[in-house]
Amino acid sequence: MAKNTQEKLSPWDIVQIARHAERPNIADYLRLLCDDFVELHGDRLFGDDRGMIGGFATIGGEKVVLIGHRKGRGVEENIEANFGMASPEGYRKAMRLMRLAEKYSLPVVTFVDTPGAYPGSEAEARGQAEAIAHNLEFMSTLKTPIVVVVTGEGGSGGALGIAVGDRILMLQNAVYSVISPEGCASILWRDGTKAALAAETLKITADSLKGLGIIDEIVPEPAGGAHADVTAAVAAVKKAVLANLAVLKKIPLDKLVEQRYAKFSAMGRF
Amino acid sequence: MAWFEKSAEAPARVPTEAIWVVCPGCKAYIAKEAWRAADKVCPRCNHHDRLACRERVALLTDAGSFKELNAEVSFNDPLKFTDSSGAYADKAKANIAKAGVGESVLTGTAAIDKIPVVLAVMDFKFLGGSLGSGTGERILLAAEKAIALKRPLIIVSASGGARMHEGIVSLMQMAKTCAAIARVKEAGLPYLSILTDPTTGGVSASYAMVGDLNISEPKALIGFAGRRVIEQTIKQKLPDDFQTAEYTLAHGFLDHIVPRKEMKAFLAKVLRYAGF
Ligand SMILES: [Zn+2]
Repeated sequence: MAKNTQEKLSPWDIVQIARHAERPNIADYLRLLCDDFVELHGDRLFGDDRGMIGGFATIGGEKVVLIGHRKGRGVEENIEANFGMASPEGYRKAMRLMRLAEKYSLPVVTFVDTPGAYPGSEAEARGQAEAIAHNLEFMSTLKTPIVVVVTGEGGSGGALGIAVGDRILMLQNAVYSVISPEGCASILWRDGTKAALAAETLKITADSLKGLGIIDEIVPEPAGGAHADVTAAVAAVKKAVLANLAVLKKIPLDKLVEQRYAKFSAMGRF
Repeated sequence: MAWFEKSAEAPARVPTEAIWVVCPGCKAYIAKEAWRAADKVCPRCNHHDRLACRERVALLTDAGSFKELNAEVSFNDPLKFTDSSGAYADKAKANIAKAGVGESVLTGTAAIDKIPVVLAVMDFKFLGGSLGSGTGERILLAAEKAIALKRPLIIVSASGGARMHEGIVSLMQMAKTCAAIARVKEAGLPYLSILTDPTTGGVSASYAMVGDLNISEPKALIGFAGRRVIEQTIKQKLPDDFQTAEYTLAHGFLDHIVPRKEMKAFLAKVLRYAGF
């Protein structure tokens, strides 16, 4: 039954689920997936981005460093979190915490859910491009396992800035794209109303990305989407994260980093 | 005003393309011969116009030293992408013919003032210098070649960002190229990044911004998000100098702005400081 409903969803329908106001956000994951969470603040350079959260977490007895974009629930929270659009400080905080993970031999788990990195003048002035670029470079050589979970919107470079990892998981109704369907429609179709068509053409759903070899695993969602049964959705994510951590922890670190390089090197080689 | 210039006002005779170039910076009519002699830098306003990749190679390297690598690596069309103006594959093929290069970056080995290097030069004429899978692969192979030959890597960027037509695969090229750059640095080799007009989006947010030195040309556009998107977001008009090379340097993200005619000597000098 659930499967049949799922098969009828268009990529544009899935975009709506991925952006649903009640979709589990980082606060839900911290509450329902973690036994413990110690938030760590600040990039030590400028500030503490509330659009990017991170800290020590315990998931099913496993100690990790957990980092994720933060979308709020309701206007007030969303304004504080800048609607999940991180600033350079967010990416730099993420990197600082990943360094700590490497030092303390803790795996890194990242939760990706952002419309994109914040396109503001202050973000430009403080080096949004440099902050993301530096993370891409740094994560490629980090000597600790990295599990990435695309939980909602994987919005372009702002998503990728915390999404270089050994295993890339994606929720069944999450999307991951180089540009928003609306942005693509207005540039390539010169018509913002063609977003549904752009969503289909861009191949941004978990199924398509699995087919393209970009993601490793699809995490199933309850019928109707993760928001329909948050507890069950989070439980599926927890199970998938723990299973992947168990596999990655057995791989010697040098080999792990070598495999990560091979994985990303092969992307776009056909 | 020198003999080869004409005033910014409309000239008495209708200028023909064969004789005059209209400077995109100040709109003055410049004699084509003078424009070429100045390597497409406006003698009136110092506008550094965009160069084709082979023009840039000629400017930066010792005559005859450039040998192209991986010319056979070209674009891929993993999404079988078609938009309102047609199929991406057709556009890409037309761009190969137009720009005279198989991808938006030309890579090879070369010498700069007798110092052997591996060089990658992007071409904005090829689909706006967009970062596609062929681009990413060429850059990764160039980085690996630099490591194998123990040579410095130099990348000259000119790009509007990731190539939408290749969807998520183009986004992943940002991670792929940065992983390759990280290896060049781990090998202790210099990586010099030259950000030319324009270097934005997914290219500024990947290999272009992580040079040992980030170098640019006067007034080059450098940024992450586009001006229009930012103006819509903050609901304010941005100053003219926003996202220029000068702005980027003042905010701490560039080491040096080098006029075009001095760039080759500047690179050689830096490479000698780096022990080459
Ligand atoms: Zn001019």
